[in-house]
Amino acid sequence: MTDYGQALREGFAYLLKNHPECFTIGQGLWSPWYVGHSMTDLDKEFGRERVIDTPVSELATTGAAVGAALSGKRPIVIHPRVDFFLLAVDQLVNQAAKWRHMFGGQVDVPVVVRAIINRGGEQGAQHSQALHSWFAHVPGLRVVMPSTPADARDLLIAASLGCDPVLFIDDRWLYEQKAELPPVNPALRLAEVKPRIDIEGTDLTLVGCSYSAHLCRLAAAELKTHGISAEVVDLRVINPLDRTVVAGSVRKTGRLLAVDGDWSTCGMAGEIIASVCECVPPGSLKASPRRLTLPDAPAPTSKPLEKAYYFHAEEVVAAAQEILGRK
Amino acid sequence: MQSDAFHLGPLADPGECHGPIDLAGTPASTARAWLRKLIEIRCAEEKIGDEFGRAVIKCPCHLVIGQEAPAVGVAAHIRDGDRVFGAHRSHAHFLALGGSLHHLLAEVLGKDTGCSRGMGGSMHLLDRAHNFHGSVPIVGATVPIATGAALAAKMDGNGAVAVSYLGDGATEEGVFHESLNFASVFKLPVLYVVENNLFSSHLHISLRQPFDSECRHAEAHGVAWQRVDGNDTVAMAAAAGRAIAAARAGQGPQLIEAVTYRWRGHVGHREDNDVGVQRKEGLAEWKKRDPVARLAAAMVAAGQMAETGVAAITVEYRAAVEAAWVQACADPYPSAAALIERVYSTGRAS
Ligand SMILES: Cc1ncc(C[n+]2csc(CCOP(=O)(O)OP(=O)(O)O)c2C)c(N)n1
Ligand SMILES: [Mg+2]
Repeated sequence: MTDYGQALREGFAYLLKNHPECFTIGQGLWSPWYVGHSMTDLDKEFGRERVIDTPVSELATTGAAVGAALSGKRPIVIHPRVDFFLLAVDQLVNQAAKWRHMFGGQVDVPVVVRAIINRGGEQGAQHSQALHSWFAHVPGLRVVMPSTPADARDLLIAASLGCDPVLFIDDRWLYEQKAELPPVNPALRLAEVKPRIDIEGTDLTLVGCSYSAHLCRLAAAELKTHGISAEVVDLRVINPLDRTVVAGSVRKTGRLLAVDGDWSTCGMAGEIIASVCECVPPGSLKASPRRLTLPDAPAPTSKPLEKAYYFHAEEVVAAAQEILGRK
Repeated sequence: MQSDAFHLGPLADPGECHGPIDLAGTPASTARAWLRKLIEIRCAEEKIGDEFGRAVIKCPCHLVIGQEAPAVGVAAHIRDGDRVFGAHRSHAHFLALGGSLHHLLAEVLGKDTGCSRGMGGSMHLLDRAHNFHGSVPIVGATVPIATGAALAAKMDGNGAVAVSYLGDGATEEGVFHESLNFASVFKLPVLYVVENNLFSSHLHISLRQPFDSECRHAEAHGVAWQRVDGNDTVAMAAAAGRAIAAARAGQGPQLIEAVTYRWRGHVGHREDNDVGVQRKEGLAEWKKRDPVARLAAAMVAAGQMAETGVAAITVEYRAAVEAAWVQACADPYPSAAALIERVYSTGRAS
């Protein structure tokens, strides 16, 4: 069994071993703790020329990676927190994401920015954010949110070996999840990665990505003990967004709960609900779709407020039961 | 101006600056007040470290033990109307300006009585009554904010200054350079205090920058600069006095590089052990540059204080910290409603 953090490390090791044009750069890569156990000793194995720890310069680091990507390399930039990545957004959103289109589709920009969601632990407002829906808004930027160890490894590899800029967001709360990993499929292309039905069901559809997909799976197992058959869809890639799998599922179940570990307004959960409403025939929904998201507030530090702030599988279960009128 | 804006020289050598500092005519009462402040900060930080080690304190704490002097030296020249901003390692900045032990400890515990009403923890401190207008952990973030406070002060023409505390790591952010240029071209009354402790997290400055002194950036932007032994409270206070007076007098932005060293890991309570990262080059040597012991030794030598002075003040502050701690522990957490109520203004203006 391999845990999510180890699976990420396997993905990096695969890329560094098999693709000399790949390198990683970012803060904390020579530290044993900065990015959990997801990159431990890669510098020792592959050398500090290709596993580069940097000054506290997010914007320059990210821009340098974009430049290297335009010059034959396949860099993966590491931002140990999404919050720190915000200092570098220009280079990904204004530059990398636009580069192909504004130059007539002629140029590849194979850069991956990996930003980590690292919340909880009373860290507060500036050390807790996810913000993935901001980035899913941007055409030209592929946004990947793996929820399983296999996806963590394989989507990282596919992201780095593709031709487009990718924002790869992983969540520290997933790092201890374990699974058996199949062999790497080097031919996997990110454009072919669709949302996946993790658990089949008939009563309602639970949709999430990253840690929220994990909660949906836990909730489905719990709902089963209450006689409720929940189908779980893990989005995996949130931009460009494939809407067909979720719509097909809701056409079958007639009920939808969109779960997202971020704020509600203009967020992923709302996007999923809107997409389903556009795709399913009028009158085919058996209940109003619902979303479960964070409260509309920055992350607090205080223990009881933090406890109230984050939801768990039990809240997913409760929301599902409400949709089904079982509460 | 000193000629070499690029190199720290002997100040970077842990074998230097071990003896008593030069009191330079500091009156006994002033020296005593500064010593008391240094000891208050150290006692508070040691308590926070202990409780962090016991996992009673859960929020990330970046302890300032070993580098208390810059905050005390600068605070000596702050008056009402000035605006001081900190960063992730700001307990000393808060306490030196007169912030209460109870408000700090309650904040670190996430209590409603904390200086940020329990919403921010160690990394987000506020104490407007003592001219401290916020510390945040996004590296470099308060550098332009302090610059903006100086812009407002200049518009008001009230002689107030802004102070921005930052570390050597923060000078690697582009916004630091933009801010110095901006402040220089508009001649803003701002003091940048760069606490150069030679480390950013696990990385020594030699792995991050081509030169070890941050004064070079000031030189490049036409900002007046001074480099100080940041563990010499008297020298710090003197440098801050000159810089703040110049800023108040309309001479534009100022930068002080305070060369210092932290004794604990980047975050948390462990000594010289930052979650597995050992700092090899002689913490024991750096400890001989202790700002408390060196000020105390000078005062004893000058006959301003008995040999037992530090011990007596320490006993006093340990008790004060303990009392504040007991009070903070008994205090309530913010109400559940605070999570939403504190997001937007409820005032009539919005
Ligand atoms: C924008 C941003 N990037 C990275 C970090 C992580 N980080 C927190 S403190 C720190 C070190 C800063 O070093 P320095 O400015 O020298 O301050 P010191 O810790 O030495 O007091 C880093 C890299 C952060 N909080 N914000
Ligand atoms: Mg530093």
